[in-house]
Amino acid sequence: MDWQAIWLSVRLSVFTTAILLAVGTPLAAWLAFSRWRWKFLVEAVVALPLVLPPTVLGFYILLAIGPRSPLGALYGKITGGILPFSFQGLLLASVLYSLPFTVQPVAAAFASVDRGLVEASWCLGVSRFATFRRIVVPLSRRGIATGAILSFAHTMGEFGVVLMVGGNIAGVTRTVSITIYDQVQALDYAAATQTSLFLLALSFIVLALTYSFQRRVWNVWPMS
Amino acid sequence: MIAVRLAAVAGLLALFSACGHPSAPHKLSIAAAADLQFALADGARQFHQQHPQTELAIDYGSSGNFYAQIRNGAPFDLYLSADVQYPRNLVHDALVPADSVFVYAAGRIAVWVPASSKLDPATALSDSSVRRIAIANPQHAPYGRAAEAALRSMGLYDSLEKKLVLGENISQTLQFIQSGAADTGIVALSLALAPTVRAQGRYWEVPVSAYPKIEQGGVILKDSPAAREFREWLLGQSGRSLLKQYGFSLPGE
Repeated sequence: MDWQAIWLSVRLSVFTTAILLAVGTPLAAWLAFSRWRWKFLVEAVVALPLVLPPTVLGFYILLAIGPRSPLGALYGKITGGILPFSFQGLLLASVLYSLPFTVQPVAAAFASVDRGLVEASWCLGVSRFATFRRIVVPLSRRGIATGAILSFAHTMGEFGVVLMVGGNIAGVTRTVSITIYDQVQALDYAAATQTSLFLLALSFIVLALTYSFQRRVWNVWPMS
Repeated sequence: MIAVRLAAVAGLLALFSACGHPSAPHKLSIAAAADLQFALADGARQFHQQHPQTELAIDYGSSGNFYAQIRNGAPFDLYLSADVQYPRNLVHDALVPADSVFVYAAGRIAVWVPASSKLDPATALSDSSVRRIAIANPQHAPYGRAAEAALRSMGLYDSLEKKLVLGENISQTLQFIQSGAADTGIVALSLALAPTVRAQGRYWEVPVSAYPKIEQGGVILKDSPAAREFREWLLGQSGRSLLKQYGFSLPGE
């Protein structure tokens, strides 16, 4: 069993989920409450990773973060390194790839919070931010948990994007799905089955535990 | 209305019966290694001119994937692998007769740099400004194994190991370099010579003595006159000159 790859996948998934909660929550709040008439354009962009084949998305991310792109050049100037084939690059790609999996359930949860409670809070003189923090977020915790679980699970099983931007470096970008693919390609079906079963069991345990902690969440998309 | 429907039904019937017509061209479906893509695109045209009765339907992909698919009953007539080991495994699995395997070419490798790069392909591997070198995955890609062997025999492997990034196949390896994410890398000569790639970069061919021969083997999966015809054509003069032109060495040379 390739523990290094499994550990890498777990780390990548944890970091991706953490970043997505930090970045995705304000974005989801904006999507839920904004009345900007062109908001649907942003919604469409957020949902794009659901539609694009991961290899296509990965290829464009590779071009977008490569040393010849503005972003890649800037990163090179600041850190002296390059983004493709690094853990940071993979993390950036995973965040983009799983963005809708966090933003959509969280935005749906925010939007379904009773407007009357929010307005009552404002009338009592509580600031908008404090209302959001103390009323909207607690009432949306199930949607937020769903978003976090989906992002974690999606990153654990991520394959096409990693294949395109990772470069298959042991301990840095060789995630567990890449290991399984390599084992299949090398006709080592026994090892591939073993790793797959482990991944299956691990994913099942993580999901089952999470759902058992919030017993009332039976729907994958509870708010829609 | 009824007349229109009748006409539509008649048209459909005509269509179906045309498919079963005895003089319809015979279709030959081929699973071919991705490195043959450019050579065979050209070759299929030549073959069709000489044998208008046979139509080729060629799928390109990873030899290992095709091997797994064929073992599970994929309906190909012919399999042209990038590594003769896969057809030999099919013999071992008793899926094809032992004498049906043939070697049609040997792959060659080259160091490739994009046209915009300042690197000289002949010295690029050991250049200190190089941060990332792309090769195909030696674990399962024949060109990756050759690249690794070449690096070892040139005495560069240990110093460069940390710079290596692995492409899933030889096309993706080239893509890593084309996109600028890797500075240089080792790809198939057949790719470096491909019409769409030729103008985009420069290459230096790695001496064939530096790595074990990448023998490319094929096998007829479903015997038919058309399948034999294609095999004879590929192993004959036309096929040989085509493969040579596209950067392969030939068996017996």
